[in-house]
Amino acid sequence: MNANGAPYRKVRIDRGIKARSDSIYIVSSYRELGYTLLPRVLPVMALLALPLVLGEGYWGRVLVFTCIYALLALSWDFLQSVGMISLGQAFFFGAGGYIAGALNYYLGLPPLITIPIAALGGGLFCAGLLAPVVRLRGIYFSMITLVYPLLLSTIIEATHVLGGSHGLPGLTTFQSPYLAMYIVVPILIICLFGFRRIMNEDYGIVMQGIKDNEQSIMSGGINVYWYKVQAIFIAAFVGALAGAIATHYWGFVGMSAFALEFSIFPIAGALVGGIGTFAGATLGTFILSPLSELLRDFAGLRIVLYSLILAGAVIALPEGIFHYLQRKYAQFERRVKF
Amino acid sequence: MDILIFGIINGFTLSLIALGFTFTFGISGVANFAYGAIYILGALLTWFLLSSVGLPYLAAIVISVVVMGLFGFALYWVVLLRLRGIVLNEIIATFAIGMAILQFLRWKGFVGYEYKLPPFIKGYTVIAGYGVEYQRIFIVGVCAAMVLILYLITHYTRVGLAFRGISQDEHTAISLGIDSDWMGALALASGCALATVAAVTILPLGVIDIDEGFKVIIIALAVGIVGGLVSIPGVILAGFALGFSQQLVATFFGPGWTMVIFMAAILVILTVKPSGILGKFKELEERI
Repeated sequence: MNANGAPYRKVRIDRGIKARSDSIYIVSSYRELGYTLLPRVLPVMALLALPLVLGEGYWGRVLVFTCIYALLALSWDFLQSVGMISLGQAFFFGAGGYIAGALNYYLGLPPLITIPIAALGGGLFCAGLLAPVVRLRGIYFSMITLVYPLLLSTIIEATHVLGGSHGLPGLTTFQSPYLAMYIVVPILIICLFGFRRIMNEDYGIVMQGIKDNEQSIMSGGINVYWYKVQAIFIAAFVGALAGAIATHYWGFVGMSAFALEFSIFPIAGALVGGIGTFAGATLGTFILSPLSELLRDFAGLRIVLYSLILAGAVIALPEGIFHYLQRKYAQFERRVKF
Repeated sequence: MDILIFGIINGFTLSLIALGFTFTFGISGVANFAYGAIYILGALLTWFLLSSVGLPYLAAIVISVVVMGLFGFALYWVVLLRLRGIVLNEIIATFAIGMAILQFLRWKGFVGYEYKLPPFIKGYTVIAGYGVEYQRIFIVGVCAAMVLILYLITHYTRVGLAFRGISQDEHTAISLGIDSDWMGALALASGCALATVAAVTILPLGVIDIDEGFKVIIIALAVGIVGGLVSIPGVILAGFALGFSQQLVATFFGPGWTMVIFMAAILVILTVKPSGILGKFKELEERI
């Protein structure tokens, strides 16, 4: 008898096709093959076709920004998989944005050079600044990451370096909107599947182990802190890449690159989509970002509604949309007698 | 000399702001990121009761403190109870709710000079040749009173004993018959009530500015972390340390640098001594 007094309970069992397509029997028929491949190939195709469908108008710009937020969400999800919860994606974003902006503004380098340098430099810069605090855990690490972007933007405002509160205007932009879209969409796809691959390698298993039980990984003779610094570098690399692309897309970088919204939107996307799978973070961002554009009609109430939707999603579906869909796709429920 | 006087007052102000946040975190482990929004909401509620309903000042303050306490209680039962133990979701949910409250107030148009609380007693007194408003002396008094009340409650009542039990070891406390949900809700409620007390005591010095809500969170975090997040004497000590350094920086570098102090303090303390100046407890298991 359960709490409601019913003599039944629910159990979940993997579908037969799921069990078959996990093993060598996947080659037995196109059905099994399609079952595994479809959820992977279809979204990639859709993503690659999306720029052509949306065109270079308003929704095209929304697509570019959705991809940039999705990159930040992926970077957040990666750190999260290593047990570090970042509240400051804006730190990575702003570091990359400012490096790219400064190289372009002061030295006149083209985006083709500034973006890779910014990604690499931003990764090293953020990993260097966060390296002394990788020993902190949980909420204490989060607070450090929350403070860094605010600190940097306050310092830029107070010392007037890098354009101070006016920022660096008039940077090189992409020649055509299609170019921007076809730069950012493949990068997103590569990141998404790259991260999923890394996490399934031995390297990624150590990373996940750090999240599950740091002590046991240490007792395996592995330097946990060095792995954490590497993880921060990888995440910051992707975050800085997003920042650099956004800088050249706007043709401007300013203190707004350290704004709270670049920390909160990606986390919101990852939480709504479901954490730990990367696909969830991408899915969540692709739901939330257009939604927040639609909410623009409500002007002042936009952030209110957005925050309420976020709080509601976190409370009502803590596992996230992707985990829910994945479960429905791979398993079925049936009722069993107690 | 002015650094000494205003440093002391500043120290009490910062401690008062951080008291509620630290109290909630120390007992239930909930980092209430809606704290800044509750601070502003409490002040605006007092303003509304005072100028639109026309209640006497003291009654308006008491009613808004109680209402905000109930709000915190409801916040716990409706939202946080479902998320207990998932730290990230707790932070995101409280942050989102705080954001919603602040942006809603902004949308309703509570911005401007007319949203201003009057000081308790107008005028100023002269201390060592410097004019000090009576309101600043009230801040010192209220902060001292709140610390005293919190000390008496946590050390000499049954609820206080339960509070300390929960904060030391939740599982053991539950096994001894303490309802941890009730205590968590009470802790959040008293945190919100303290935020309102701080708001109505401090905000008469300026206008009720919605952006202040974001600063309050940073200040509460900085003071709380420097002080150790669990101990009330730590909060006072950290409030003083930060208050004085803020005063010094404002005098020698200019007021633009005062917010840097808070963030730099968080960074330095968490890097060098993560458990804060006076915090010893939970040092090993949680932070490092």
